[in-house]
Order: sequence, then C-alpha cells, then structure tokens
Amino acid sequence: MTDLHTIRVTVNGTTYERTVEARMLLSDFIRHELGLTGTHVGCEHGVCGACTVLFDGQPVRSCLMFAVQADGHEIMTVEGLAPEGEMHPLQEAFHEAHALQCGFCTPGFLMTLKPFVETHPNPTEEEIRKAISGNLCRCTGYQHIIEAVKLAIKKIHHTDA
Amino acid sequence: MAGRYFGQPIRRNEDPVLLTGQALFTDDVQLPGMVHVAFLRSDYAHARIRSIDVSRALDRPGVIGVYTAEDLGDYWQPGPLLVPPPPVEGIIFHQRTQVPLAKGKVRHVGEPVVMVVAESRYIAEDALDDIFVDYEPLEAVVDVEKALEPDAPLVHEDLGTNLAARVVQRKGDYEAARAKADVIIQRRFYYDHGLAAAMENRGIVAHWDKKMQYLTVWDTTQAPVVIRNGLAKMLGLSESQVRVIAPFIGGAFGPKIMMFYPEEVLIPWLSMKLNRPVKWIEDRRENFVATTQERYQVHYAEIALTKEGRILGVKDRFYHDTGAYDPYGLTVPINSQCTLLGPYDIPNYHSEMNVVFTNKTIVTPYRGAGRQHGVFVMERLLDLAAKELGIDRTEIRRRNFIPPDKFPYNNEIIYQDFAPLVYDSGNYEPALDLAMKLIDYEKFIKEEQPRLRAEGKHVGLGIVAYVEGTGIGPYEGARVQVESTGKVNVATGVGTQGQSHFTSFAQIVAEQLDVDVRNIRIVTGDTAEFHWGTGTFASRGAVVAGNAIHAAAKKVREKVLQKASEEFGVPVEELELRGGYVHTKDGRSISLADLAVKANPLRGAVKPGTEPGLEATMYFGPERGVTANGVHAMIVEVDPELMDVKIKKYVVVHDCGKVINPLVVEGQIHGGVAQGIGNSFYEEIVYNEDGQMLTASFMDYLIPTAMEIPPIEVGHVETPSPWNELGTKGTGEAGAIPTAAAFVQAVEDALADYGIEILEAPLSPNRLFEILKEAQAKKGT
Ligand code: FES
Ligand code: FES
Repeated sequence: MTDLHTIRVTVNGTTYERTVEARMLLSDFIRHELGLTGTHVGCEHGVCGACTVLFDGQPVRSCLMFAVQADGHEIMTVEGLAPEGEMHPLQEAFHEAHALQCGFCTPGFLMTLKPFVETHPNPTEEEIRKAISGNLCRCTGYQHIIEAVKLAIKKIHHTDA
Repeated sequence: MAGRYFGQPIRRNEDPVLLTGQALFTDDVQLPGMVHVAFLRSDYAHARIRSIDVSRALDRPGVIGVYTAEDLGDYWQPGPLLVPPPPVEGIIFHQRTQVPLAKGKVRHVGEPVVMVVAESRYIAEDALDDIFVDYEPLEAVVDVEKALEPDAPLVHEDLGTNLAARVVQRKGDYEAARAKADVIIQRRFYYDHGLAAAMENRGIVAHWDKKMQYLTVWDTTQAPVVIRNGLAKMLGLSESQVRVIAPFIGGAFGPKIMMFYPEEVLIPWLSMKLNRPVKWIEDRRENFVATTQERYQVHYAEIALTKEGRILGVKDRFYHDTGAYDPYGLTVPINSQCTLLGPYDIPNYHSEMNVVFTNKTIVTPYRGAGRQHGVFVMERLLDLAAKELGIDRTEIRRRNFIPPDKFPYNNEIIYQDFAPLVYDSGNYEPALDLAMKLIDYEKFIKEEQPRLRAEGKHVGLGIVAYVEGTGIGPYEGARVQVESTGKVNVATGVGTQGQSHFTSFAQIVAEQLDVDVRNIRIVTGDTAEFHWGTGTFASRGAVVAGNAIHAAAKKVREKVLQKASEEFGVPVEELELRGGYVHTKDGRSISLADLAVKANPLRGAVKPGTEPGLEATMYFGPERGVTANGVHAMIVEVDPELMDVKIKKYVVVHDCGKVINPLVVEGQIHGGVAQGIGNSFYEEIVYNEDGQMLTASFMDYLIPTAMEIPPIEVGHVETPSPWNELGTKGTGEAGAIPTAAAFVQAVEDALADYGIEILEAPLSPNRLFEILKEAQAKKGT
C-alpha cells in the first residue's frame, strides 16, 4: 500500500535525491530524512509557525506540505541562513536583543523574517507585528523579538526602523 | 552588589546553538535501529473497558509490538505521590495516582489505553486505527460542585466520593472579626487557568545498551534527577546504570514536571524489553489532553472591613478541579489558599479548600500554579470594597499593605513547602507608587478618562498587587571546577527550559572567579554530570540552584587563592584574582589553568588530606521560600459593539530582590504577562458535559500572537532577600499571576456606565457580551 516516489530537492544549496512515501510531511523529511533538526515542529496543524522554511524563497509551513511537493524545488532551513560559524544579521540581532528564551520557536521566526527584513528597510511597528503574527512564541511575549527585527533591519539596511 | 558580571545584561551563552539550529532537543535524537511509539488514548471521559482487540494491529507490517495494561504484568503500578499532603490538622486527603495504561476503566479523554511500537511513527499511528476497544460509556463528572452531590457518578468508585481533599486553614478568629465589621462583601468567583502549551510537546527517547548494561533516556522533563532515581527503582537497575538527560527543552512552565507521566514509565521499559532505542514524541492534540494542565476553581468568598477600608478578615470556601488523579498532591490549591492573602496585613482568615476529582486531564502546576486564582479573588474583593466604601482602589490597597517594619511577616498558615507562610521581606508602597507613576494614574483618571469618555470611548484602568512565594526547598547543589584549560565547568541538577541558566549561572561564577562568562560551561539536566537535585519549579532556579552555585564558586575561589599562595609563598590576603590570573603585589602572576594543573599532580607526593583539583561541590537548602512581589497596571479600550478589548498600555513593577541579569528578568516578565493576557481574554479550555475538550487545537485554543500583546514597560524595586547570600527571589511566574485581575478591573472600569460586575476570568468577546446583556436585563427589571 505504500506509494513511493523519488524526489530531488535542493536544501541549503545541496541537492538530495530520496525515495519517500507520498504521505511523508515535508517537515518530517527535512528533520528525519535529511537530519536537519533545526526546523521544529510545534503543532503539525499549521498554526504555530515553528516549522517555517523558505520554499523557493517564500516562507511556508513545512508541516502543511508533503515532501513530494518539494520535488524540483529549493528549500532553505535555519541551518542555511549563514555559513558555518557565522550568523546572519537577523540571528545576531536576536542574540543582542535577547529575542529567544527556550529557542524552540526561533528557527520559525528567523525563516519568516528573513525575506521581510531584507525587503523592508523601514517598516512600522504594526507591520513588524503583522509579519510575525503567524508565529507563536510562548516564552518571550514578542517584545524582544520586535526589537530584534528593528535591530536586524538597521544592520542590513543601515537605517533606523 | 551589581558587580562586573552579576547584575549585568550579559548576552546569552546558549544563543548561538539555538539560533543556528544546532541545539539538541529530544525529538532531534536519532539512533540506529530506533523504533517509534504511538498511544491509543481514550476518546471517552469516563467509560468501562469491556475488551480490547489488538489482533489486526499486530498483523500490520512494520508493527513490532502492541501492549495493553495486562501485558505489563507487575510493572503496571499506579504512579508515586509526588507531593505528600501538608501537615495541616484535620486534613482529608485521598491519593489516587495515574496508571501507565488504563485497566478496567478510563477516567479522562486522552488517558493512554494501548501502546503500539513500530518501525516508523507513521506505521505506529496507522496501527492505532486497527485496534478495537469495546467501551461502556459512563456518565462523566465535569462540574466540581455537582460532583459532590450524593448521587453523582464517581471517578474512583472505591473511594465512595469525588472529594479528593479538604483542608481548612485559619489565622486569628474570622467570626469575631466579622462581628466588628462595618462592611461585609460576599461574592461567588470563578477563575479558570488553562494550558501551558509550551511550543515543544513532550517526548522521550530511551536507549538500553545491553552490552553496557546502561540505560540512557532523553526526556523533556524539568526534573531529570528524580526521573532517573524513579526509573532505576522501577526497572530494577542501579541508579548508576541510568542516565537521564533533559536536553534543550522548548518551554515547560510546569507541566513538564509530573513524575511520572505514563509515557515516562513505559518508553524506557520498552527499550529494555526490545533491546532497541525507542522514541515517543507527543503531538499537539495529545498535548491538549494528555499533558497536565490547570483549570478552574469556584470561590465563595467574603471580606470584612472597617469603614476606613482596613481589612478585618477574609473568609473563603473553594472548590478546585484536580482532574482524574492527584499525583501532585495539593500544591496548586494550597498556593491559591496562601497567595490569596497577598501583600496585605490580614489579621483573620478562614479558608476551606475542597479538591474534587473530575473526568478530566490531571491538574498540576502551570506557571502561577494556583496563585492566580487566589490573587483574583482577593483583588476583586478589594475592588468591590473600594467601590462600596468610596475609597480609591489604590488607596485601599495602600492602607492594607504589610508595612516594611513588620517583616519577616508570619501568615501562620502552611504553605506548599509545608512550612508556615512567612514573608522574608518586602516593601510594597514603592512598587505601587512606581506603577502609578508609570501608568500616569492621576492624570488618567482625572483628565484622560473623562476626556475620552466624552468622546464616546470606553477606556479603563486596572491596577493590582500580588506576592509570589518563590525559591522553595528542599535543596539544589552544584559542582564548580576550574579545568586545566582554564575554562570553568559547572554542573547542577536542575533542568533548563529557556530560563537562561547557561548565562545567569555563569554570571554568578564569573563574579567569584573573574573568568569571561563565555568560558564558563554550564551543564544542567544531565544526571551523569550531577545527580543530586529536585528540579526546576516554583521560580526556584535562580534562588536555590543560584545560591548553591554561588557557594561552590566561592569555595573554588578560596582554593585558587590558597594554591597560588603556596606557589608564591605569599599570604592569600596579598593576592588578587583578576582576568583568569592570580597576581601578586610584586608583579608575578599565574593563570587559573596552570594552577589547575598544579592542583592535580601526576607524580610525587601530596600533603595528607589534599583534595585534587580546583573543584568544589556545595548545596543550598533554604528553610523556607522567599517572597517576591509587584504591581501590574494596564489601560484598556473596549469596543462595546464587537466586545473587543485592546490593551493600550501595560506596566509591571516587580521586586525580585537582587537581579542576576536584567535582560533575562525582563524576558521572563514579558513572557509571563503574555501568558497572563492569554489567560485573561483568549485562552480557554472548554469541556462539554460529557467531559470532551472542545478546544484541543491551536485553532480553538488561542495563544496570543504579537498582535495581541502590547509593549510592556517594566519598573524595578529591589528589596534583597535577607534569607540567602545572593539576595535573590524568584521571578519566573510573576508576570503571569495578577494579569487577569488587572484586566477584569480595567474592563469593568471601561464599561462603568453599564454597571457591570465581573467576577470571573477568562473573559472573551462572547462572555463579555453576555455579561452586558445580563446587566441590562437586570436594569430593565
Ligand atoms: S508545526 Fe507547522 S505550523 Fe506548527
Ligand atoms: S522562545 Fe520559547 S517559544 Fe519562543
């Protein structure tokens, strides 16, 4: 009864060829097939945003997709945000603003925010809040995350958000 | 004593691995040959199990085993009682603890009935559908008051009642005080506190290595040492054969300390039985029904006052829903009973607590742990009294605060740590003054509110005070060691779930040894590194483990100086420890690394009694907890058409004694307030009359997002605890405790012209609508 498919997916610049069941979630594929466990799973029903990855550059919830849907596509996970031993300005900003506590939600926030901070040199606070409104964090109350976003934008665009 | 490290907003050591996706969480553990477990859980709140047929599941390819209660043999035992009842005279307490797999009867939705193990999680879940359980549904016990009626169905038939406990505590003579009162206010209050909903669900991986005769368990627990000791006993192993690792944990907030969850008992057993690594990871739906939660209490409370607003006494009778079992004893309702007294000088108190079994998920502490319920009742009583007496709400609180010269203040009743509830220290008026200043109290009520009201806006202010008992015993310990690399290694038994221990504990050590915080490695939650300790709960990490680490670091400092003094032939008093070196006045110096090597010689003789290395292990066991306090204030605007409530401003003034890292404390407060706001207006567990939870997804149980949480302004007052050397008090729960009380007061104030009285939390747009309608109907009649 298992329905197997061979897929080719590029993750963080490396192309993987794997044979998977049609029903395998993309989140499980990334975590358990590829061993990229930085992507977290908090709800498996599309609400918490912890599993967010970039799919051809766009943030998507990997728990709401099947691995087979990623065939021929490019994915970026938190492990691909910066070369080993370095940090993306967004990661630096999260560190500096104390924007994470348990850190479980953090990869999802980072992946949601990467395109946002790179394309919004001057967002209002309301826009920042909207940008992260699809990600749940149970530890921080969001305030330091919002500060981190402002700081990241400053670092990236050399502006004052 | 803000030092170079202690008290500084130092960035966290743990961040880099977390930010780059390299941190190890339980579900990240991947072992060769690992198999996966899924549980078939009860769909019924209350039902007899007539039979279970697992044959089809066993036939499914990829299924390795299927287990019911019968298959566990003697290993099937009810769990231990984690917290025994407190020593209060006349107490009634009935112990009924959870079982690994239901036998004969299920008592709540989500109770595990069958365990399936398979080659993959997908197959294990498929196999759950193959199992047939023949249930005979029974009437569910849902309401705490109806549960005590004579003909109510029984959760535990052998008990003959649903009453799990009754505890009456007294201070002074309430009836005598009541006789002297000018005003008496009586009401019924309802307070519901919900789910912790940590972003990471629970999970366990167990690996029995037969050749090594060694069991390794990764567990999302707040108390790894206790789990290790319990597992060794249950499995007939020596404690030294079991290593429990609580790796990075994605938030906990209380429910991850519930020794033992059925899964914690079963997964290690199964690994030994199969001789393979076994993994079980909870999914979110399971988390809603199978991870412990908090719930509601109903209070019948009254307060007796003089006409000047001085409290003469408080009387309360309340009913606490403990769910189907009571493994955590009375911690939650005792917290409610004690915390109700708050920062006020209340000479007479009479409180009757009734704890009731229901057919619902087990109740154990979740951030606040019953304190919310007590604070809500007391603060509402004061609001009602202020109104009745025509006294300003801040003034009535001020008049009743325990004055600073009355500390230590003895409330006489017994607290959750079994010691009399004595507050170590406190200075409450400055906290109130600062909160009033930050929220601009006078200006708001005299100018802003009238102006906005004239414009047709419904704005209101809430301001409440609270205390939080923190940092209770029994003890924690720590080992601090200067390695031959010059780096410092610190191990402690508490687990960590986001509290920044890797940094704040390092700051405590750095203050003594003057080593860069980044060169101090903290190990928490690994029994192979440190096997004494009780766990992370009750806002005690910074106080209890913190002071143990402080003591060990001081001892190591002494050893360092002693060793250097021997090396240089210079008295200790003439040496200085700075920047990783010990310096003499005449310009000689030696590094900590070199001293560590010299303290561990490989040849030659040492003086008798010499201990190797620069290492010390110390313990801290406080006689009783320390009491933090604070004031929360907020301004809200209510839309009386949509019943939407917007929080326009939020202020927290808190006093947790000495602060180790202000960034971390602020983070704790922000997060607590966010949970408090959720508990005020968004989050609600709804059970129907059959005991089914109707809100078991994030689509129905609403965790606030960045759109709902306002900016939070934090003000500090610092009253160091005289009861520990660091002067710290806990802060983990402070943010979450008084929020709903402030919220309800603010909403009532905003809707003052409707003449409503809100005696419950959480609210919701629907509930607010009903309350307004009820008030209007009353007006009409
Ligand atoms: S795990 Fe995908 S949204 Fe929660
Ligand atoms: S930091 Fe813990 S959930 Fe966001």
